[in-house]
Amino acid sequence: MQSQVVTTEHIIEVKGISKTYDGGVEAIKNIDLQIPRGELTTLLGPSGCGKTTLLKIIAGLLPPSGGEVLINNKPVHGPGPERAFVFQDFALLPWATVLRNVSFGLELRKMPKAQRHEIARKYISEVGLDGFENSYPHELSGGMRQRVGLARALTVDSDILLMDEPFASVDEQTRRKLQDDLLKLLQIEKKTVIFVTHSIEEAVYVSDKVVLLGPRPSSVMKIIDTGLDHIKSDGDIRRDKHYLDLVEDLWLILKQYLT
Amino acid sequence: MTIFGKKIPMFFALFIWMIVWEIIGRMELLFLIPPFTKVLTGMWELLGNGKFHAALGISFTSFLYGMGLAIVIGIPLGVLMGRIKLVDELAGMWVNVFVSAPLSAVIPALMVLLGFGQTTVIFTVMLFAVWIITIDTRAGVKNISPSLIEMSNSYGAGKWDLYSKVIFWAALPEILAGLRLGLIRGVRGVVVGQLLIAIVGLGELFELYSRNFLMDLFWALVVLIFMFAYVISEIVNHFEQKVEFYAGQR
Ligand SMILES: Nc1ncnc2c1ncn2[C@@H]1O[C@H](COP(=O)(O)OP(=O)(O)O)[C@@H](O)[C@H]1O
Ligand SMILES: [Mg+2]
Repeated sequence: MQSQVVTTEHIIEVKGISKTYDGGVEAIKNIDLQIPRGELTTLLGPSGCGKTTLLKIIAGLLPPSGGEVLINNKPVHGPGPERAFVFQDFALLPWATVLRNVSFGLELRKMPKAQRHEIARKYISEVGLDGFENSYPHELSGGMRQRVGLARALTVDSDILLMDEPFASVDEQTRRKLQDDLLKLLQIEKKTVIFVTHSIEEAVYVSDKVVLLGPRPSSVMKIIDTGLDHIKSDGDIRRDKHYLDLVEDLWLILKQYLT
Repeated sequence: MTIFGKKIPMFFALFIWMIVWEIIGRMELLFLIPPFTKVLTGMWELLGNGKFHAALGISFTSFLYGMGLAIVIGIPLGVLMGRIKLVDELAGMWVNVFVSAPLSAVIPALMVLLGFGQTTVIFTVMLFAVWIITIDTRAGVKNISPSLIEMSNSYGAGKWDLYSKVIFWAALPEILAGLRLGLIRGVRGVVVGQLLIAIVGLGELFELYSRNFLMDLFWALVVLIFMFAYVISEIVNHFEQKVEFYAGQR
């Protein structure tokens, strides 16, 4: 599937992307951004600033009004197999079991049933849902549903994960567990991740790089390398002085845009 | 149902009404209403009656063809209206007019166009049933969460997969609700159509029995048709309940 990938330092390049919606809402304006291969980059900004808009343009789900997105130096014209999306509202098929939901991406790629189920089982286990293969989404908690969404994104073996506020609709405890589990998973599955959030703590906690978006029509205000070793510190990051400083710095910047 | 704080099964209520019917019938207040037991024997007589079998056969095939047309037209039209704005704007007004219009009024026009036979009945059934199926299907498709569509697109779903694996299933609860209402309207279509034409199927029998004051047979026929409508709507209801678990959360 990815035979002739040109290896560049930046797997994703966003060049002068703007988006004005049909109603006349100018969501984002002239965004330039380079996403390094193999890192987790967060898009952070207040609600309604255009984070989802930018992520969907990168996903190829939404056409930009101007500018272009390059993935491995090739322009994006729509969704592609090298990108997988994780939705804020999970976007699971309510009439399908966990197993079918997780393997749905492969089903759409016409992979034979036995083969896709085998792959799906592997990822169901990796996200910690062993034993729930035959459950339906409505039988699962919010956190578990997002694990299904994550497993589905992992099965298709894409290099890039696009996650739109994936943990925003679960409770605080579950969210922390999900953040830790995501970081551990990313140790096994080498992926480039773009992670959207409006939580400063979450942004600093999970990412290598934080991209701060300003208010609408938003553009890139600041890019910060966290320089945190997420795995080694194993949850102790939250007491790390550097972590706390970063959170404070970001808050000071974001505060200016709130009225 | 509860009486004096006690739960009473459904059929008990039915039983009471049968007794009331029986008493009124025995009092011979109205020759129009024979005792219920007579209606029952009438029903028995009907079930062994060749004329009834023939009428039933022709009515049932008209119903099947009409419903088949209504489904084959109504579901795709509803899906298109739910997905494509232009189709919605073009067809929306007519569908909404026809769903509540007194369609019996156009049957005479159908008779002129299609003759005094089964074809007219088939089209009557279709005309009675198709609109509600279309409207409910459209509502179901409109209800689909946009992120399910985006999810399918992001994983590379083709048009056919998008419709057959996602949109159809997501709209199924509403489609079945429309189908149940459509079937009931379809039964009405058969009866009204045949009554107006009065020379085919059950319509002919109704005409025959009422003209000859065979009220027990007449009522037996009515009760049988009611039972038929009830049974098919219960069958669809059964399937509706199977998908109910996800109707509330798509
Ligand atoms: N389909 C749409 N049509 C019109 N305006 C939209 C649409 N989607 C989003 N918007 C507007 O664009 C802005 C950015 O939205 P979004 O990207 O969802 O922000 P975020 O994800 O940062 O909360 C918001 O003001 C929102 O109201
Ligand atoms: Mg958003």
